[in-house]
Amino acid sequence: MEMNQTRRIVLRGAGSIGALSALIMAGVLKPTAAYAADWNKAAFEAKDTPAALKGLGAASAAESKDLVLKVPDIAENGAVVPVDVISNIPNTTSIAILVDKNPTALSAQFSFANGALPEVSARIKMGQTSLVKAVAKAGDKFYIAQKECKVTVGGCGG
Amino acid sequence: MSSMNRREFLQILAAASAAGFVLDSRLAWAAGKGDSFYDLPRFGNVHLLHFTDCHAQLLPVYFREPSVNLGIGGADGRAPHLVGEKLLKAFGIKPGGIEAHAFTYLDFEKAARTYGKVGGFAHLATLIKRLRAGRPNALLLDGGDTWQGSYTALQTKGQDMVDACKLLGVDIMAGHWEFTLGDKRVLEIVEKDFKGKIEFLAQNIKTSDFGDKVFEPYSLREMNGVKVAVIGQAFPYTPIANPRWMIPEWTFGIQDENMQKTVDEARAKGAQVVVVLSHNGMDVDLKMASRVTGIDAILGGHTHDGVPQPVVVANANGKTLVTNAGSNGKFLGVLDFDVKGGKISDFRYKLLPVFSKLLPADAEMAALIEKIRAPHQTKLDEKLAVSEGLLYRRGNFNGSWDQLILDAIMEVQGAEIGFSPGFRWGTTILPGQAISFEHLMDQTAITYPQATLTEMSGEQIKMILEDVGDNLFNPDPYYQQGGDMVRVGGLEYTCDPNQKIGKRIQDMRLGGRGKPLEAGKTYKVAGWAPVAEGARGEPVWDVVARYLRDKKTIAPRKLNQPKLVGMKGNAGIA
Repeated sequence: MEMNQTRRIVLRGAGSIGALSALIMAGVLKPTAAYAADWNKAAFEAKDTPAALKGLGAASAAESKDLVLKVPDIAENGAVVPVDVISNIPNTTSIAILVDKNPTALSAQFSFANGALPEVSARIKMGQTSLVKAVAKAGDKFYIAQKECKVTVGGCGG
Repeated sequence: MSSMNRREFLQILAAASAAGFVLDSRLAWAAGKGDSFYDLPRFGNVHLLHFTDCHAQLLPVYFREPSVNLGIGGADGRAPHLVGEKLLKAFGIKPGGIEAHAFTYLDFEKAARTYGKVGGFAHLATLIKRLRAGRPNALLLDGGDTWQGSYTALQTKGQDMVDACKLLGVDIMAGHWEFTLGDKRVLEIVEKDFKGKIEFLAQNIKTSDFGDKVFEPYSLREMNGVKVAVIGQAFPYTPIANPRWMIPEWTFGIQDENMQKTVDEARAKGAQVVVVLSHNGMDVDLKMASRVTGIDAILGGHTHDGVPQPVVVANANGKTLVTNAGSNGKFLGVLDFDVKGGKISDFRYKLLPVFSKLLPADAEMAALIEKIRAPHQTKLDEKLAVSEGLLYRRGNFNGSWDQLILDAIMEVQGAEIGFSPGFRWGTTILPGQAISFEHLMDQTAITYPQATLTEMSGEQIKMILEDVGDNLFNPDPYYQQGGDMVRVGGLEYTCDPNQKIGKRIQDMRLGGRGKPLEAGKTYKVAGWAPVAEGARGEPVWDVVARYLRDKKTIAPRKLNQPKLVGMKGNAGIA
């Protein structure tokens, strides 16, 4: 708890955007691990999921139970929806997160250097109820998992 | 993992029904032996007393159960989606007696005048003392929604209920509306008032930054030689159904996986009985019981369902009892387990209605309640109007109390359409009874009470109705938030609950004129209870009080109810 309070104060001081750079500076995250080596313009600017998948080269991704996607059933706050992706597929080298109904479908892509654990936690923004998709690359194959996350206007409960 | 296998459970069920666990209440009443109504012999060696969703009602009240509580998808025809005669039939309760009155809306006015008010902490205290006398070391569990729902709770930031619960002897508590007092106030109570006395548990609340636990997830107790674990489950959708800004650093959710981990940990530490004190709502509890293994019973609340007997849910490793104990202090659930050789061999359950006429007030609790109310007495007693009709709230689509609030906020604010939240708390008023300021606060006492007047497009109005409709009628319980449909004034519509979101709400017409609502047109909409931070407006009780004082006599309300499609034969409608 003591440790977490300290972490919390550091993060508060850093502010929400600063938080990531604080972690990078502290050596917790290496920039090379946090960012894809190349900016995939076609994929990130795609307006819908099929185009984004195509941009990633993952148009024919196969569904896999070894790709675990955790998204809340109902988002507590559409502005910061927690998404966790764990790939149990051997030799996973990248994980991407997509939101079907966002204006640009691809939210994030993470690359993993040799031996890095293919596990990511991110906060994504969602404007409305949508399927959230995780895509993993292992070798030259792509795998996909999906789950719906509801974004609601709230109020009126209980 | 579970302490009961399928065969054992069937034996238990057979034993319970053979024991004839039905009171001949009419006889007890006729003979004037009120006391015998509560004679419940001790059974076994693990005793759990459970109340939930009392909504800060310290004094006895009238409370009408719903006549509309639709079950959609697999939920139709099953508890808790049974009303009136269908509920009586399902649980073998004789029509016309005191128990039929407790569990249904049937002949409500007449029965309420016969049997009197329900609940009240002084009467509940007497009942609890009696049960505890025959059940050594029984645990008293409070399922939450305790610190909200009355004028005194609002004025004292829940302190009245905190003091009353300590005197009542509550051992363990879960929460929901408690969080609308704000995170700091909740922690203050838990860390100071409750310290060493009441444990506030929640396995499903974590900090939103690092996922640290905010409250203890469970408590391991020793009762009459048996190790008993109680796990707390807060209302999973608090930050969505209520203002998130009041608890900005906490995240909730159902958290099945963490529940399983918690159960497994408790079992590993030697728990022979594992129960969950839950504020999920009954439909969510039923689904959770089918997915998480190793729980012997889920003692539930939130949806305010007075369910006479537990529902038995099968899962991969055994069976789980799921109960729901009503609201407003009206019921006390009594669950007894007989644990032999480290395993549950049998159980008994009874949901006892608390009739204040049958239970003398406990003097110490009565004195505390008087002390709590004294500074507010004049305000509480102000007579605002007289109601000619029955005023109640419960029901999926509307209640006469909600209709009155809608009529008031629309007239006072000059709005053509009104929205009032589908809350399930709030007491009942009999025809001819005066409406006091206290009664009005029973319907409106929340920490975000602003009355609002908003310009909305027809499209937005439809979107809101669809959104709330999906919180109620989504066939997957994990998408249900446990409230009722937003009450609507000035707008008639057709509702097809079996449809998907976007298609349930049809044929919207402005009230009385039959003019279709236009998607692109703007309408003035009156509402209250905004969840967004910084909302402004007069407290809704001031708006409604002005209306009531002005009218003096309130004629029976004409309820604006949607036309239902596809609900014929549903056991959740009268």
